[in-house]
Amino acid sequence: MSKKIEELKFSGEWDLAPAPESTNHISVKKEYQLFIGGKFVKPKKGKYFSTINPATEKKLSSIAEASKEDVDRAVKAARKAHSGVWSSTSAKERGKYIYRIARLIQEKSREFAVIESLDGGKPIRESRDVDIPIAAAHFFYYAGWADKLNYAFPNQNPSSLGVAGQIIPWNFPLMMAAWKIAPALATGNTVVLKPAETTSLTALKLAEVIQEADLPPGVVNIITGAGATGSDIVNHKDIDKIAFTGSTGVGKIIMKSIAGTAKKSTMELGGKAANIVFEDAPLDQAVEGIINGIYFNQGHVCCAGSRLFVQESIYDTLLRKLKDRMQSLIVGNPLDKNTDIGAINSKEQLGVINKYLSLGKKEGADMFQPSCDIPSKGFWCAPTLFTNVSQSHAIAKEEIFGPVLAVQTFRTIDEVITKANNTPFGLSAGVWTDKGSKVFNLTSKMRAGVVWANTYNKFDPTSPFGGYKESGHGREGGLHGLAPYLKF
Amino acid sequence: MTKRIDVLKTYKIFIDGKFPRTESGRYYTLSNNGKGIANICLSSRKDVRNAVVASRKAFGSWSGRSAYNRAQVLYRIAEMIEGRRDQFVAEIISMGGSKNAAENEVNNSIDRLIYYAGWCDKINQVFGAVNPVASSHFNFSLLEPMGVVGIIAPADYSLLGIVSAMLPALAAGNPVVVLASEQKPLCSVTLAEVLATSDVPSGVVNILTGNTSELIPHLSAHMDVNAIFYCKNNPKEINQIQLAAVDNLKRIVLSKNSDWNNSAHETPYYISDFMETKTTWHPIEQIAGSGSGY
Repeated sequence: MSKKIEELKFSGEWDLAPAPESTNHISVKKEYQLFIGGKFVKPKKGKYFSTINPATEKKLSSIAEASKEDVDRAVKAARKAHSGVWSSTSAKERGKYIYRIARLIQEKSREFAVIESLDGGKPIRESRDVDIPIAAAHFFYYAGWADKLNYAFPNQNPSSLGVAGQIIPWNFPLMMAAWKIAPALATGNTVVLKPAETTSLTALKLAEVIQEADLPPGVVNIITGAGATGSDIVNHKDIDKIAFTGSTGVGKIIMKSIAGTAKKSTMELGGKAANIVFEDAPLDQAVEGIINGIYFNQGHVCCAGSRLFVQESIYDTLLRKLKDRMQSLIVGNPLDKNTDIGAINSKEQLGVINKYLSLGKKEGADMFQPSCDIPSKGFWCAPTLFTNVSQSHAIAKEEIFGPVLAVQTFRTIDEVITKANNTPFGLSAGVWTDKGSKVFNLTSKMRAGVVWANTYNKFDPTSPFGGYKESGHGREGGLHGLAPYLKF
Repeated sequence: MTKRIDVLKTYKIFIDGKFPRTESGRYYTLSNNGKGIANICLSSRKDVRNAVVASRKAFGSWSGRSAYNRAQVLYRIAEMIEGRRDQFVAEIISMGGSKNAAENEVNNSIDRLIYYAGWCDKINQVFGAVNPVASSHFNFSLLEPMGVVGIIAPADYSLLGIVSAMLPALAAGNPVVVLASEQKPLCSVTLAEVLATSDVPSGVVNILTGNTSELIPHLSAHMDVNAIFYCKNNPKEINQIQLAAVDNLKRIVLSKNSDWNNSAHETPYYISDFMETKTTWHPIEQIAGSGSGY
């Protein structure tokens, strides 16, 4: 009875003129050293690696590779700063240093944003409006906690742990550095931080900011390198705490390494979030939420809503709307302000994603990708959606960390709760419904550390973030984010 | 050659982001050791009422801002005072204080601003609660801004007094009408100039100079004022406020410690004093999922 609805055509008619962000105002050095004891020092072994722009495959800079000796130097500097200066600096003054960092990041926010997009491939709209403002806000928020810890933990007389070793991923480079450094400093710890090897630049820019803020030497040390450097940090004897954000696999290796030591840990690991749409949801908002949930930052998001559960009664309508919306996504130059989906962070990651795309098809799911122009150079993946997915498919079980959505359906609320929780992960979940009482029912049933209701991928320094089950332990953000850096 | 003549400053009051003279046209002469320093506005009942109108108008936007934004606005005031440090120090000395004490007072004022700025987005994390009611409801309590707060600043302090007295109410999200110290008003007026050039929206802070005992009855009886913060130590005035406040059940907060350099004046309880607790009930559907697994 109903007429077939015609597919929307976007070819050529909807193109926007290019709107590239200028790179004239940024400064990137040819070579970056290690930031140890307040100074930029050459690596002991003199080794450097290249960091490239994943959108053009052009080299941006050479980055020092920290060896075991360098890690030891950094830890010694951090230890000396902790016992010599930082632990005896009054909480109030400690806070004022952290406020300075926040303000300097705000002052240089555009430079940070452009470098973040150049080095990591993420759209400038995201680095400008999400990554950098949240990084600054994180420092601003935790600065205020420094002299208020007794109100967060009454009758506990909290004190710092000592030296924190912090290892962060490549998906939100500066933001992750802020999530790690800000609470550690506010609680009186000193820090040895290692950014991911594909995205070291904004962390090194942050080192410059820390120098400019005149922090006592050694309070923050930023050393660069790949997995081996990270492993040297994890295994260093004089580190009191490891804070790691990354894959569940590496997280487990770290937990094994520190077993039997006195090291404390915070693990923010992988996820495979369920994003659940009920038939009473406002569909157009839900479509935006689904898109944001999985295609935000090319899907390089541990809390990405990578499993979509749609109630059967609205399946056809929702899928049509979703595919139409995917047609209008702009894939391309990360520095263009109109770009929705930027470059995949690295060649290796693109390989992982492509492996899952062929695995998905091989296991019998149907793949959909909108037609879009993809640049010839660089690493790219069109937004992808799989239907006819079952619970046992690899694309529904494993974290892909790319713009790949696996769609499943459900009839009853009981069914969707069971399906959504049927995973070893438990980082986040999303619920879309017009009914408040259903929202709170679902939020209480989801075995996940963060649940977004009628929204997705929202972050705020005041809001604790972290996972259940194999998505890690400990929380970052909010009052709860202080505890992992304190002893009572 | 003729000697250059200094340009003297006219000290005015601060209402709705503007610097009017008092509508009454009256003044008193501030002096130190018999030497006149400045002529100060002797504000009237009408000035109080104008200030309350401006405050009420500013309430919606100030209380509606994100806590993060309010924190940054307060932090910005500290940055601005830091830039005018010499002027504040000179003013405090001119009203009769040692250089050391003056510098100490300015330092403490700046640090106190930073302290309270930090509370804006934390107060509800410490004072708010999710209440485990026995029925199937999601029930939570939050502190919300109270409304227009009238403030009687400490008498013996200049910058530190007014800053300490107005900050808790501001951090809570309230606009304020401040009666400045009668004996030491200079820094209050200069602070107004700082506020006018920082990011504080007009009407959020209104500062009146004059005879506090004349103005207290008008401020504490005003039906559009929600609370009074009294930072002096005069039993007669306290009694007056308590009686006048009854008509619209204003909340009255009295500061007990008169050493304003003391860090006892840095407490979130001053902030919660100027907030109301709101509790919200929301049903939770009880369908399915009881057997939910790992």
